[in-house]
Amino acid sequence: MTTQAKLDARKLRADFPIFEQQIHGKPLAYLDSAATAQKPAQVLDALRVFYETSYANVHRGVYELSERATAAYESARLTMAGFVNAPSPKEIIFTRNATEGLNLVAYAWGLVNLRPGDLVVVTELEHHSNFVPWQYIASRTGAGFKLIPLDDQGELDLSGLDALSREGNMKVVAANLVSNSLGTVNPVEKLVAWAHEQGAIMVVDAAQAAPHRPIDVQALGCDFLAFSAHKLCGPTSVGALWGRLDLLEEMEPFNLGGHMIRAVRAEETTWGEVPAKFEAGTQPIAEAVGFAAAVDYITAAGLESIEQHEHDLAVYALEQLAEIPDIKLYGPPPERRAGIVSFNLGDLHPHDVAQVLDMEGVAIRAGHHCCQPLMQKLGVAATNRASFYLYTVPDEIDRLVAGLHKAQKIFS
Amino acid sequence: MSDFYREVILDHYKNPRGHGAMESPDATAEGLNPLCGDEVTISVALADDGETIDEVKFEGRGCAISQAATSMLTEMVKGRSATDVATLPKEELLEEIGIPLTPIRLKCALLGLGVLKVALHRAKGTPLPPEWAGLANELEIS
Repeated sequence: MTTQAKLDARKLRADFPIFEQQIHGKPLAYLDSAATAQKPAQVLDALRVFYETSYANVHRGVYELSERATAAYESARLTMAGFVNAPSPKEIIFTRNATEGLNLVAYAWGLVNLRPGDLVVVTELEHHSNFVPWQYIASRTGAGFKLIPLDDQGELDLSGLDALSREGNMKVVAANLVSNSLGTVNPVEKLVAWAHEQGAIMVVDAAQAAPHRPIDVQALGCDFLAFSAHKLCGPTSVGALWGRLDLLEEMEPFNLGGHMIRAVRAEETTWGEVPAKFEAGTQPIAEAVGFAAAVDYITAAGLESIEQHEHDLAVYALEQLAEIPDIKLYGPPPERRAGIVSFNLGDLHPHDVAQVLDMEGVAIRAGHHCCQPLMQKLGVAATNRASFYLYTVPDEIDRLVAGLHKAQKIFS
Repeated sequence: MSDFYREVILDHYKNPRGHGAMESPDATAEGLNPLCGDEVTISVALADDGETIDEVKFEGRGCAISQAATSMLTEMVKGRSATDVATLPKEELLEEIGIPLTPIRLKCALLGLGVLKVALHRAKGTPLPPEWAGLANELEIS
């Protein structure tokens, strides 16, 4: 897979102004990229230049600036289509984030197409964003809501799929490509095949995958796929939803208002074409431009190189962490894991661990990672999570390990 | 670092005072901080006058701040009247804890005090100011 060059994280790191500062007098070791990624100067510059030279509302004015803004916004859509290998840029809908993309499908597709006797299936590993909307829409429509369980390794146990498919009329299967809490890389291709055998649609949450590995919606064969800009070095408040054109065209709108209409009369309003039908109101225009700059940035670094780099870091981190006494590591072996490591340190509460690390300039996440069903399964209230990206260097993992030793010393 | 987990906090965390269950308590309540999963159950024994706090016991699990703060609390309220504790300002406990707390950790620190106030409110009808009623709600105190 390493057709692309080895990634030079130290060199890329210099693109990120945030690393120029010190935290509590120490260089910043940022190990929380699964929550959100830092931003390179290239993205910040793209935002500033767009605001300074080309900013106006899109799809409205006949004047030069509006045309420039529209061209930049639509060019960003083209970038997203290329990024996930969508057959058409019309299939890319700009959203606020992956969560909104998943809600869009749950509401606009689910409310109309689900009824009693139908079944919605998600995994026990889902982020709340691909769990709660489906649970809610299932209960609104009277459809059943079932979970694909996890095994002890933190991987999906697919042995019960046949039994599941006998429990109702399967309509939706929703799963993440990569788990945000354990880093598990899910066998989504298998789930897609299974979903389609049952006549169900397959909805993929790629929030945690898109920043870190190549994505090809045609190869995956799914029906919807959502991701966020902020996790792949882009701005907050913008994301993208890819959907199959025939499904998008059949669907009811989600948000209603300006731009998404064809004609508005007192008696009736008709909807515009896809993707306008799903983009009501003024969109995150500059953010979409920054989103495209971020996609260009990580594409230039090489998605395969990023994936390999993070795999190497995960292998290194798991080796180093395993030597700490009383550590409990969660999740699958490195071969089926992205650059995410979840763990607990004896009986120490993750907040205490994270607080000690913070004083060392090491930022990790401590909590339930928006995965309460998973935490219940693991039998813990919370875990510590360190996550890596293209700017992460092994030195940061060494500092994490040193900080954990320090935490053990303080609380022993 | 030593500023945050100062010796007195670590001492209460490692050797919690008043830790354990109580048979037939006069007042009890439990609370959960869903954000971090801190849990505290507090039991109170009142003196014969039905007003003075004779003994406070707590059980729970959670971060050092929540457990140490609750341990400190058990010492702080012993011998005081239920009414007194019902109106005990949170600042008094925070002063005892004596470290700067971010809003997230503040909830950890005040969990035990909130649970104690709710327990007394339920058993004795002591006033529960809106501030604490709100906290009780947010902290899922049952």
